[in-house]
Amino acid sequence: MSDAREPVTGIEVPINLKYEFTAGAALARFLSSIREGRIVGQRCPGCSSVYVPPRGSCSRCGIATEEEVEVSDRGVIESFTIVHIPLPGNPVKPPFIAANILLDGTDMACLHLVSEVPTERVVVGMRVQAVWKPREEWGYTFENIAWFKPVEGA
Amino acid sequence: MANRAAVVGVGQTKHKSRHKEVSIAGLVRQAAERALADAGCGWQDIDAVVLGKAPDMFEGVVMPELYLTDALGGNGKPVLRVHTAGSVGGSTAVVAANYVQSGAFRRVLTVTFEKQSESNATWALSPRMPFVPHVNAGAGGFFAPYMRLYMQKYHAPEHIGCLVAVKDRLNACRNPYAHLQIPNIDLAMVQQSPMLWEPLHFLESCPSSDGACALVIADEQIAERSPNPPAWIVATSTRADGVMYAGKDNIHPKSLIACAKDVYSKAGITDPRRQIDVAELYVPFSWYEPMYLETLGICGEGEGWKLTEAGATAMTGDIPINPSGGVLSSNPIGASGMLRFGEAALQVRGMAGEHQVDGARLALGHAFGGAHSYYAMWVVSADKP
Repeated sequence: MSDAREPVTGIEVPINLKYEFTAGAALARFLSSIREGRIVGQRCPGCSSVYVPPRGSCSRCGIATEEEVEVSDRGVIESFTIVHIPLPGNPVKPPFIAANILLDGTDMACLHLVSEVPTERVVVGMRVQAVWKPREEWGYTFENIAWFKPVEGA
Repeated sequence: MANRAAVVGVGQTKHKSRHKEVSIAGLVRQAAERALADAGCGWQDIDAVVLGKAPDMFEGVVMPELYLTDALGGNGKPVLRVHTAGSVGGSTAVVAANYVQSGAFRRVLTVTFEKQSESNATWALSPRMPFVPHVNAGAGGFFAPYMRLYMQKYHAPEHIGCLVAVKDRLNACRNPYAHLQIPNIDLAMVQQSPMLWEPLHFLESCPSSDGACALVIADEQIAERSPNPPAWIVATSTRADGVMYAGKDNIHPKSLIACAKDVYSKAGITDPRRQIDVAELYVPFSWYEPMYLETLGICGEGEGWKLTEAGATAMTGDIPINPSGGVLSSNPIGASGMLRFGEAALQVRGMAGEHQVDGARLALGHAFGGAHSYYAMWVVSADKP
C-alpha cells in the first residue's frame, strides 16, 4: 500500500496488441513448408545468395527473388552470444546461447537457440543440427525447430 | 553552395534513471529553454521546430509530437518529427541544419528526448516476429556476436572493451549532465561486473536514461550576432542500409564507410586522425569504439583496439573520443545522437567546461540506429567555412 501522503508521480497503464501479419508470397511459402518440416528459401538471381527465411527480395542487390531452394537443417555457428538476462515476455530462461546460424546452402545467418552443449564448449565454426519439436506441435513457425545442437561425431 | 548555418544554442537536461518529477513535455521544455538561453533568443524568434525520438514504445506514448507541439512553442509554426531509430538524435539535427542551409528557415529549434523509465526498451526492441524464433535479446543481443567476431578476427585482447568503459565513465565524472558517475571505476570493477551478453559485461553496456537535448541552429547573420561563439556546421551526411542481407558486414558496415567518406569529402578532411580534434561517437557497447575508429577511417582495419589500448582516445590522447562520457554514460536513446552532435558543438565553441579538450577547433559527431540501419554524421568548426 502506498502512503496516501506521498505525492503521485506516475501510474501504471498497460498496452496490449494482437495484429494480423500478412506474410506475402515468399514468407507464406516458407511458413507453409516449415509447417511440414521442410526449410525453403529463395535464391537471388543477381548474387546467387540463398535467403532463409526468404523475404521476396535481396536487399544487397535490390531485386526480387523467386527461385525456391530447399535447404538442410544443419549448419555452422557464424557467431553467438550467451545471454544472461531474461527476455521480457519470453519463457526461455537465461543463461542461453543465441547464435547466428548459417544453414548449409544459405548465405545469410538466421538467429536461433543452441542447446544440449555446455556454454563454455560453444565456438565459432561449430557444426550444428536442428532439434525439431514433436510433429504434433508443428505450426506456421520457425520455432518448430526447438533449438540447434552440435552435430554428433563432428 | 548551401547557406551557412551554425549551432548557436545547446541545452540538455541532467540524464538519470528516472525523471519522476517531470512529464515528457516538461523534460523536453527544460532542454529547449536551456538551448534558447544559450542562443540568447526567445520562443517568438523560432521559425520552425524539428522533434526527434526513438520508437514510441520506449515510453508507450504514441505520436508524442502531437502532444509536444504546444510545449515546444510549435502551435502555428512548422513542426516536423523525425525517426531513424537510435540515430534519430543525429538525423534530427541534420534535418534542422539542412532547413537553415536551404534558406527555408532562419532559426530552427530542434529537440530530442527519451524517457526510458516509462516503458521497457528491451521489450520494445525484442518483439516476437512471425518468421524468426523469438530469441532476439535486445540491442546487446544483436551486437554481441559481432564484437566476438571482431575480437577473434583482429586478435584483440579481452580487456580492451573494459578499457573503453573505464575511460568513458571517468570522462563522465567531468560532465555534470552525465547519468553514470562512477569516480572509483577501474579495470577490475568492469571485469568483475556480471556478464549480460557474453562477451559483454554489465559495465561495458549503456544505461537506460531519461533525458533530452535541444539545439538552436541559425543562419550566418543571426550566428554572427549571437551572444556565445557559434559552432559552424561544415558538413552533414546520413545513410540508410538494409537490416539483414547476405554479406552484410556488421563490423565495418559499408553504409557507415560511405557516410564517413561523404561527410569528410564535404568538410575537406583527408586525414581524419590528424585533422579532427575531438569526436563524439555513438558507442552504446564498449567494443564499438575500436570498431568505429576503423570504420570511420581514423585508423586502419584491426588497428582500433591498439589506439584504445595506447590511450589515444583518452582526453589527453591525440584523438579524444567521447569526452562527455558518451552513450556508455548517458543513454536517453532518442537524444543520444543529438548529445553527440551537441557535445561536438560545445567543444568547438570552447563551452564544454570540465570536459573541454584544449584548443578544439574541428569536431565530429556521429550516431547510428537500428541493426546498423541508419547513420548520421556532422562536422562542426570554430572557424567559419
